[in-house]
Amino acid sequence: MKNEIIRILQQNARISNIALGEMLGISPEQAAEEIHKLENEGVIRGYSVILDDDKFDKSTVYATIELKVTPQRDCGFDDIAKTIMMYDEVESVSLMSSGAYDLAVEVKGNNLKDVAFFVSERLATIEGILSTSTHFILKKYKEKGIFIDDEETDERGLG
Amino acid sequence: MIDYEKALSHKIKNIKPSGIRKFFDIAATMEGVISLGVGEPDFSTPWVIRKAAIQVLERKHIVYGPNLGIMPLREAIAGHIEKKHGVKYRPGEEIIVTVGGSEAIDMALRGLIDPGDEVLVVEPCFVCYAPLVELAGGVAVPVPTRIENNFKLTVDDLEGKITERTKLLILPYPNNPTGAIMTKEDLEPIAELLRDTNIMVLSDEIYSELTYGRQHFSIIELPDMQERTIYVNGFSKAYAMTGWRLGYVAAPEPIIHQIFKIHQYGIMCSPYISQNAAVEALKSCDEEVEKMVEEYNVRRRYLVNEFNRIGLTCFDPEGAFYVFPCIKSTGLSSEEFCERLLYEEKVAVVPGSAFGNSGEGYVRISYAYSLRHLMEALARIEDFLKRLKEEKK
Repeated sequence: MKNEIIRILQQNARISNIALGEMLGISPEQAAEEIHKLENEGVIRGYSVILDDDKFDKSTVYATIELKVTPQRDCGFDDIAKTIMMYDEVESVSLMSSGAYDLAVEVKGNNLKDVAFFVSERLATIEGILSTSTHFILKKYKEKGIFIDDEETDERGLG
Repeated sequence: MIDYEKALSHKIKNIKPSGIRKFFDIAATMEGVISLGVGEPDFSTPWVIRKAAIQVLERKHIVYGPNLGIMPLREAIAGHIEKKHGVKYRPGEEIIVTVGGSEAIDMALRGLIDPGDEVLVVEPCFVCYAPLVELAGGVAVPVPTRIENNFKLTVDDLEGKITERTKLLILPYPNNPTGAIMTKEDLEPIAELLRDTNIMVLSDEIYSELTYGRQHFSIIELPDMQERTIYVNGFSKAYAMTGWRLGYVAAPEPIIHQIFKIHQYGIMCSPYISQNAAVEALKSCDEEVEKMVEEYNVRRRYLVNEFNRIGLTCFDPEGAFYVFPCIKSTGLSSEEFCERLLYEEKVAVVPGSAFGNSGEGYVRISYAYSLRHLMEALARIEDFLKRLKEEKK
């Protein structure tokens, strides 16, 4: 049940309790309760919206920044990650297993310059960060399982 | 100028084109139409299967291959049937790989029918059976099933339909378009009726992997039925491999030998790349199939509940990927319903009447679409029903 609810919500978090209940074969009240449980347990951390930025605000810029970091005594990478994630510009922070770099940070800005300055003035200056490597995102095709590009035409037959 | 009236076969001229087509040809000329019409999975073929095909392209000569199909595939099919149904077929003599389930059906009919032979066609059903029976020189005898029985075939339905000329019963379950299935208990009386006869069964089980809540049961599992059944299945629906064109027949040797001759002269062999890839499908895709079935099931429950909620009663279909809601409450015929729904709300569905007279009063809704797509379509159908109600006032 839990897996099915999450699978459906990942496709559409705005689905009504009625529809969700119908998909799972439970009542709308039960559906609401199941979601509530997942929220309380902290399994579901929040709901977000996936945008086609080309249609919404063409100037928004996204970048992935690879950070090499010196782990801090006693708390490893966590302290630095927590510092980084406090910035509003930061969309995500992940610890990577790659040998090439340690933290992957997704940053959003109004324009190229904003992002570049954010990296050089805010991120690069944090103690323990050895180097940064910035990759600007040119186009998103798919995000969180949702196609950003317009869907392909359906070429299927009528069997 | 050549007179084509004289050039063409009358038999073929008299065959009507598929009733499924009509609304899609109209829909294709309109903007913003959403369809609930297709009869093939929206999933891609699992990657391991595609990868296997790529490897064949890279490493092998692409040849005709044996007429009956490559041996590793026939062996895998025999193993699969045995695993699913506990029934053994000899891969060397009792299995043939075909170009989709359709070719299998066509050849089986041609291998059995002499002019004037009667074939019982359980309706509503997929559109190909009656025309193929007629092409083979036979007479298609419709056997309507009823909503009271959730469109299962009963012995009562067959009452008065069996004559001295009856050669074959086409048993299309899990059913397209209704989604009905036949359980062991449903099949037993049918088998009992046929046991003392020379009537064969053509069991079209192409949707066998797509059942919800219980495993598919095949008539070949019942005593004495393997010898009188032509078992047809394929890769299209279960493994999302429609375009690969691969089906198969498992049947007693004399039947396969008949089919073999037609296949040998008319087709030669099934696509070699697809055959090699299909071995991988049977070997390692159980989990992928299971995932697809789970996703279909979510959509199925949603649609059944939604249609009942908005006032189009819909029985609980346990197989395939269709629901078959009743539209009689609207006072429209299924053709009218589909036509108005298309023009007024831009939703394309298939009238039940395209699948036989007993489908009148119903529409076929495919759920081989994403939930998002289905929800949008349902919202439009609900608007349409509201408008119909206001018109009535």
